[in-house]
Amino acid sequence: MKARVLIHPKEGILDPQGQAVERALPALGFEGVREVRVGRLIELEVDDLARVPEMCERLLANPLIEDYEVVEP
Amino acid sequence: MKITKWSSHDLAARTKQIKEAGPKAWGVKPRADDAELRRFAASEMRFGVVRFPGSCDEVDALLACRRFADAELLWHGDADLRGVDAVVIPGGFSYGDYLRVGAIARFSPVMGAIEDFARSGGHVLGICNGFQVLCEAGLLPGALLPNTGLRFLCRQVGVEVVNPDTPFTSACAPGDRLSIPVKHTTGRYYAPPEVLEGLEAHGQIILRYASKDNPNGSVADIAAVSNGARNVMGLMPHPEHAVDPLTGSTDGGRLFESLARHVAERLPA
Repeated sequence: MKARVLIHPKEGILDPQGQAVERALPALGFEGVREVRVGRLIELEVDDLARVPEMCERLLANPLIEDYEVVEP
Repeated sequence: MKITKWSSHDLAARTKQIKEAGPKAWGVKPRADDAELRRFAASEMRFGVVRFPGSCDEVDALLACRRFADAELLWHGDADLRGVDAVVIPGGFSYGDYLRVGAIARFSPVMGAIEDFARSGGHVLGICNGFQVLCEAGLLPGALLPNTGLRFLCRQVGVEVVNPDTPFTSACAPGDRLSIPVKHTTGRYYAPPEVLEGLEAHGQIILRYASKDNPNGSVADIAAVSNGARNVMGLMPHPEHAVDPLTGSTDGGRLFESLARHVAERLPA
């Protein structure tokens, strides 16, 4: 089955990429945008969805600096 | 801090001199017949420098080590450290920096051997990408994040020796200011506040960027940290690029000298 892992910088960790995007949006006329955080998406085809969180802990994310969510598409 | 400034006239003369004299003028003399550059060779102290796919500073690191001891390259696919007495994990882009810097390299066969080596007290120095790998492997606390300015940085920085009481900095005095280059995109050291407190309390912050010279937004200006036992250290600046007057500073050599001396003195007779 397919799984998606969303990985984003942990709360409180400075995300300069998100800040750059946040500054760029008003320049295009998109006002009222706050708290932009840039992360990444990993798509996997797995036999056992229950093992995905462990994959996240051990490789896909660095739990010290990143949070992750596993979602079934 | 000793910085040799070259005027364009000096540089032209030096270039001419180097072209005419060949390798003899490079300042790096052949290791086999130079007692001064191999001060500790008699003790048979030997560094191993890891080469990953994507490493790019392993040869500079090897040559820096050879100024103070013997040294050889270790291949990432071998789980064998070939009996070396200390390990250097060099800079570069191991495994293309895929996923996260250092994330894939930490699972290579050589890293398994290095983890065992470090946990049994062996000395490991991680430079730049090597620092990132050691953090990913859990041999050092914290992690490296993208520079606050998001840009690749390549410049000389001043770093201050916070703790000279380590195998990596024993040739320095507290407060010594070293001039060493940085070159990285992902060098912002981060550790959660509770970890940071522990690092401060246990003297594990070894080098800090000099005041107002923090290039990447590292927390508490941290440039180098060690583990609790102080046999593993990682730093973002590149001491191996600061061992020859030709490139402006020889301050980086003091870290290799410290480690070579420390390990050589403890080798069985």
